[in-house]
Amino acid sequence: MSIPRPKPEKFRLRRTMMFMNAQKPGLIKDAYIYGADSIMLDLEDAVAENQKDSARFSLYHALKEIDYGNTEVIVRINGLDTPHWKEDIRVCVAGGCDGIRIAKTESAQDVHTVDEAVTAAEKEFGVEVGRTLLMAALESPKGVLNAYEICTASPRLFGVALSGGDYRKCMQVKVIPGGIEMLFARGLMLNAARAAGIQCFDTVFTNINDDEGFKAEVKQNVEMGFDGKSLVNPRQINIVHEMLAPSQKEIAEAEKIVRAYRENADKGVGVFTIEGGKMIDIAFVPGAERVIRLAKASGIYEGDL
Amino acid sequence: MKNAVGREIPAEALAVELKNGRKYEPYQGKGYRDGKYIKKAGPTTKIYENPKESKLLPSIREAVIACGLKDGMTVSFHHHFRDGDYIVNMVMKEIVDLGIKDITIAASSLGSAHDPIADYIEQGIVTGIQTSGIRGRMGDVVSHGKLKTPAILRSHGGRVRAVEEGDVHIDVAFIGAPTSDEYGNARALGGKGDCGVLSYAVPDSEYADKVVVITDTLVPYPNFPPSIHGVNVDYVVKVDEIGNPKKIASAAARMTQNPRDLMMAENTAKVIAACPWFKEGFSFQTGAGGPSLAVNRFLEPFMDEIGGITGPICELQRKGLVGKIIDVQDFDVAAIEDIRTNPNHFEMTASEYANPANKGAFVNKLDFVVLAALEVDIDFNVNVITGSDGVLRGAPGGHPDTAEGAKCCIIVTPLTRGRMATICEKVVTVTTPGDCVDVLVTDYGTAVNPARKDIIAALDAAGIKHVPIKELQEKAYSLVGRPDDLQWEDKVVAILEARDGTILDVVKKIKPYQI
Repeated sequence: MSIPRPKPEKFRLRRTMMFMNAQKPGLIKDAYIYGADSIMLDLEDAVAENQKDSARFSLYHALKEIDYGNTEVIVRINGLDTPHWKEDIRVCVAGGCDGIRIAKTESAQDVHTVDEAVTAAEKEFGVEVGRTLLMAALESPKGVLNAYEICTASPRLFGVALSGGDYRKCMQVKVIPGGIEMLFARGLMLNAARAAGIQCFDTVFTNINDDEGFKAEVKQNVEMGFDGKSLVNPRQINIVHEMLAPSQKEIAEAEKIVRAYRENADKGVGVFTIEGGKMIDIAFVPGAERVIRLAKASGIYEGDL
Repeated sequence: MKNAVGREIPAEALAVELKNGRKYEPYQGKGYRDGKYIKKAGPTTKIYENPKESKLLPSIREAVIACGLKDGMTVSFHHHFRDGDYIVNMVMKEIVDLGIKDITIAASSLGSAHDPIADYIEQGIVTGIQTSGIRGRMGDVVSHGKLKTPAILRSHGGRVRAVEEGDVHIDVAFIGAPTSDEYGNARALGGKGDCGVLSYAVPDSEYADKVVVITDTLVPYPNFPPSIHGVNVDYVVKVDEIGNPKKIASAAARMTQNPRDLMMAENTAKVIAACPWFKEGFSFQTGAGGPSLAVNRFLEPFMDEIGGITGPICELQRKGLVGKIIDVQDFDVAAIEDIRTNPNHFEMTASEYANPANKGAFVNKLDFVVLAALEVDIDFNVNVITGSDGVLRGAPGGHPDTAEGAKCCIIVTPLTRGRMATICEKVVTVTTPGDCVDVLVTDYGTAVNPARKDIIAALDAAGIKHVPIKELQEKAYSLVGRPDDLQWEDKVVAILEARDGTILDVVKKIKPYQI
């Protein structure tokens, strides 16, 4: 029995990406029940060096036999400096995952290297070429400084994420409440991602018992403009979803913009005003549509758009 | 004859004789005996007119002799010492050593501490078992047809009803107590193996012909306020140890960190908060299992929203309690410490807790109860007694009592356990009837009993998603497959009484599985 997965959507809602050790069948058999937008099955750090093959084995069967429904399934593969990544990619593509997270990305060339291996695997296993998406994890100062070339390196690339653990080690800093130690990396990466037109995700918050600290970091993520966050515990999912949910006022405004745009577009009008006199053009529409999508995903949208 | 939950009740079970001559009927549905009358069956007790200095006897053996215990009698025990209990085995050993046979044990519950009883069953010395819980080797031998008469399994409330109505008559009650004075005033605090309360032993002390208190800590008279009153006690025996204190009260229960349990607990709390009975002064009960205990934690934010709840109440609530605590059993040292020191923590008797045949038990005033289950079927029937192999290994406990009494009964259980579907087409044994079960919360979604249109409306209004229970069962089968039917022989080995004393289901002798 093989579960067919729909073609991955490059720009979908990805508020929460939850890491799950691919080696543990009990975790990955139904990782979708917690409601994360994406799950990140990990072949890298969570898996011991001598268990990489068994992790691949359970990952392949999970991808083939478990119906993950609308939850996006991404796999974090081992770094390009290891002997594992090529086989990781073959397993990901053969199993039909939605996307691959490239660990320790430092340059556009790293993305090209993975892209080529993915293309080769797609041909090998008869998967539509271009189906498998990519995302890049920046884990070093060099990766952060090369963020823009990385973000623009492949049409498969839907987003870029920061990996705080390794980055902080390289920078010789600790986790600081308020995130001053990560300010530059977050800011640069966000700029690069937006310039390239892709999504941007923040690093994990590992102290799962510190709800207040976690909320403060998510609040900052939202204020800085992140699309979502990597998570280490299912308990964090609802907190992020609730904090990313738009207010009723934002939803009402977004509805007005979308409706007015549709009506005016039919009439051939590009710039128009909505109730309250605000000037609107097409530039406002994607943002408004995003608010509606968020509201729907948060289960608080009662309109008919 | 099929009963109201669709179970075939064999004539063999309906013909089982009760002490008072009452005839068994198949389960007729929730509330069948409501408003009817019973005549309580009082004990035959001895007059103690001449003052006696002491009721102390030097040994259990002498107490057995003094009580006139003989062949064919019924003895009773309570289960407050849980897996740490020494009393049942000590007393039964003396009875057997004295050559007394054809004994019925009528305990409030029995557990894995009582494996030696399995030998007495196999030897034909113990011929009747009436209990809530039956586990370990005892469950095994009963399931394999070794007990001479069918075991009768009752809920905690159903047991008190049966005792008071005279379905069962206790000839001698042996009551282990952490402390007692020489006149039999017994308490659950101040000894070496405190159990907090003695609620389940109270009916036995009031309805048995002879009552023996067994303690390892004699205290000066009067041991007040007592759980077991000396006026009901014939003899007191001091032994070295009543039980293993570490197993009588486990280390303080800790809140689960399992994300699956926490998610189910959070969803349960949301269901509770969406119901109309969730308002200041509501009463609820949660089980000690992971997800049910964790519900308390997730209710806190909702409590804050209600207002008028003060810090100390939240503090109690954080321990799994609301406002006043009315206690029928303590599981851990924290609960026992709490009843020792907290003036709003009260002991109640098993009858006050759950008896359907008194004038209104505490369960009738429950707004919510959150319970676990081994299996739930698509008619919302719950099994908490037989395992997937059909062998007895559980206890209805207060499950059926609280389920019927509470305005909203919520079952929390994962959809599958290992390779087993928890949500199934037909439970192996019905221990709580589906007409008493209102909501099912699983890790794959929530289902509401279609009979509870009020709860469906409340959840819809709160935007809480729920699905037909059939969908959950199908999902479970799609994950772990459809289980083969169990194979049984015709012999009835246990009768599952509904709390009103009708027959909810029977357990038959298990056939070894053939591949």
